[in-house]
Amino acid sequence: MSDSLNVYLILAGILFAIGTFGFLARRNAISMLMSIELMLNAVNLSIIAFGAFVERLAVHGSVIAIMVMAVAAAEATVGLAIVIAIFRNRKTPLVDEYDAMRQ
Amino acid sequence: MPRSLVTILGSLMALGALIGLPIGLAIVGVLRWNEDVLFFILAEVMLISGLLVVTMRDIIRCGLAMMVCFGALAGIYVIAGAPFVAAAQVLVYIGAISVLVLFAIMLTQTKDAPASLVFQTQALGAAVASVLLAIVIAVTVGATDWPAVETRIRTATDELAQVLFRDYVLAFEVISVLLLAAVIGGIYVAKREEGGPP
Repeated sequence: MSDSLNVYLILAGILFAIGTFGFLARRNAISMLMSIELMLNAVNLSIIAFGAFVERLAVHGSVIAIMVMAVAAAEATVGLAIVIAIFRNRKTPLVDEYDAMRQ
Repeated sequence: MPRSLVTILGSLMALGALIGLPIGLAIVGVLRWNEDVLFFILAEVMLISGLLVVTMRDIIRCGLAMMVCFGALAGIYVIAGAPFVAAAQVLVYIGAISVLVLFAIMLTQTKDAPASLVFQTQALGAAVASVLLAIVIAVTVGATDWPAVETRIRTATDELAQVLFRDYVLAFEVISVLLLAAVIGGIYVAKREEGGPP
């Protein structure tokens, strides 16, 4: 089971779908950021799986996964800072009340 | 029976079911007695804690479930033969990003925020869409003929270092500058204005 690329890819797909659901359905901005982290991790899992099973990607997969991780860390930093800044102005973490640009 | 006892018993039974299912499958003969059992347990833990992240009411518990999910994913990386990436996952995700998320949760949760309504009103549509997405991904993966080898290729860490600092050194430097810019930008965006609201 752990020797088949398809199992890893389907696992990554399910985790990505869970993250998609969280991003679409949650109301809290930080929950949405956590769902984005889940989706990034799912993509990372698929990259690692390709690195482990495709011969030409053997070492490159790990390198790409590490770079994705660094970019995800940068994204989390900036995203959470933006959420905190908006919270300071609007006093709510719920995204459906961020409607200043809709009026 | 007090409520905490029920919770503890329920979680123990859930844990037993989590570990018992792959062992039972291995005894029946569906799974082989090697890393497969461990892989099954880790995959179960990852998917269930991922579901808990997106469905639980208390957002602090969501953050803690996210840490469990990342830990199980690090175990899967080890099984897939990428131990350095697993170590980086533990350091970066469990050690740094989860703590950052928990701090942001504690900074932004107000008592008067209505905690009862966790989901948007279109949550059902979102659920249908994501189930469809998972099915489409699974069908696509199954229908594609990947040029995959039969056994896993393990990545040695010294080999990884050679490739990272020889072939990818420019990307490495660019990413370090990107991280620096993100940190400075994060501090600038989140910092309190002089004389502004606290």
